[in-house]
Amino acid sequence: MHKKIAVVGDRESILGFRAVGFHTFESVSPAEDRALIGRLARDEFGVIFITEQALEPIQDVLETYKDEKIPAIIPIPSKEGTLGLGMKNVKSSVERAVGADILFKD
Amino acid sequence: MAIMNVSPTRMELTRLKKRLKTATRGHKLLKDKRDDLMKKFLELVRRNKEFRETVEQRILNMYTGFAVASAVMSPEMLEESLMLPKENVELDVTTRNVMSVNVPVFEFSTDVENLQDIYSYGFQFTSGELDSSVAALRDVLPYLLQLAQMEKSAQLLAEEIEKTRRRVNALEYVQIPTLQETIKHISMKLDENERGNLSRLMKIKDMMVEQSRKSMEN
Repeated sequence: MHKKIAVVGDRESILGFRAVGFHTFESVSPAEDRALIGRLARDEFGVIFITEQALEPIQDVLETYKDEKIPAIIPIPSKEGTLGLGMKNVKSSVERAVGADILFKD
Repeated sequence: MAIMNVSPTRMELTRLKKRLKTATRGHKLLKDKRDDLMKKFLELVRRNKEFRETVEQRILNMYTGFAVASAVMSPEMLEESLMLPKENVELDVTTRNVMSVNVPVFEFSTDVENLQDIYSYGFQFTSGELDSSVAALRDVLPYLLQLAQMEKSAQLLAEEIEKTRRRVNALEYVQIPTLQETIKHISMKLDENERGNLSRLMKIKDMMVEQSRKSMEN
């Protein structure tokens, strides 16, 4: 299955990703980002990298695609740094599977 | 524990015993599956955590590189240099079966043959910092995809573990006890009938003996 890779985020963070051949989409507003993710998921995108800053207001989209094989929505830090959303995501799958958080005790 | 609403017959008893046997076997299998999934999951998620830490660090470093590049170049220039990528990355998605969970495997293919020549711009008007940050990003790329693969697998495995655990618990705490109760109930009922029958026969025999004794006396 051939798929494409998308990067969603603010203008400066996604700038470099275009140079290496990813499809980049600038995030504008939470509502539009949500629509964009929906469109990308229906389209031929297998992996959607999204900056944590853009993801923060629309975190529920992660839930929507959690049990689907494709697309994988992966939070990445933006140029302003990380908000810890990516780690939180890993943590939530641990909690879901084990019932308690056993990896991130700190 | 509630017992099932079935008629206490011998046929029902055999049927339920068979079901109990299947349920016990299924319970054991699912429990094994759960334990093994859990083992795989913990292994994966532990690696995932470390991996994310390193990848995040690398991405942040790369942003710093771009920040430096954008400081020495005009924004228009920078945008223009990166506008038309030379490279086109395609993602190849296949699946791998981990304990009956289909997890995706991401592989990417690029249409650039020479990895030394990934720059989409001439070198005349761009700064060296831009070159190194594009190269750094190119290096992070496989890691990014591997991270995506790991996290997706972790999510899918977590879902499967949750489902399996529910089923194990349902069998262990509801299905199997109910079946056992019902089997006990039916066999008790059948035994009771048996005893009732026996005592009736004994009583009848007594009556018959009494009757024949009376007729002999007369």
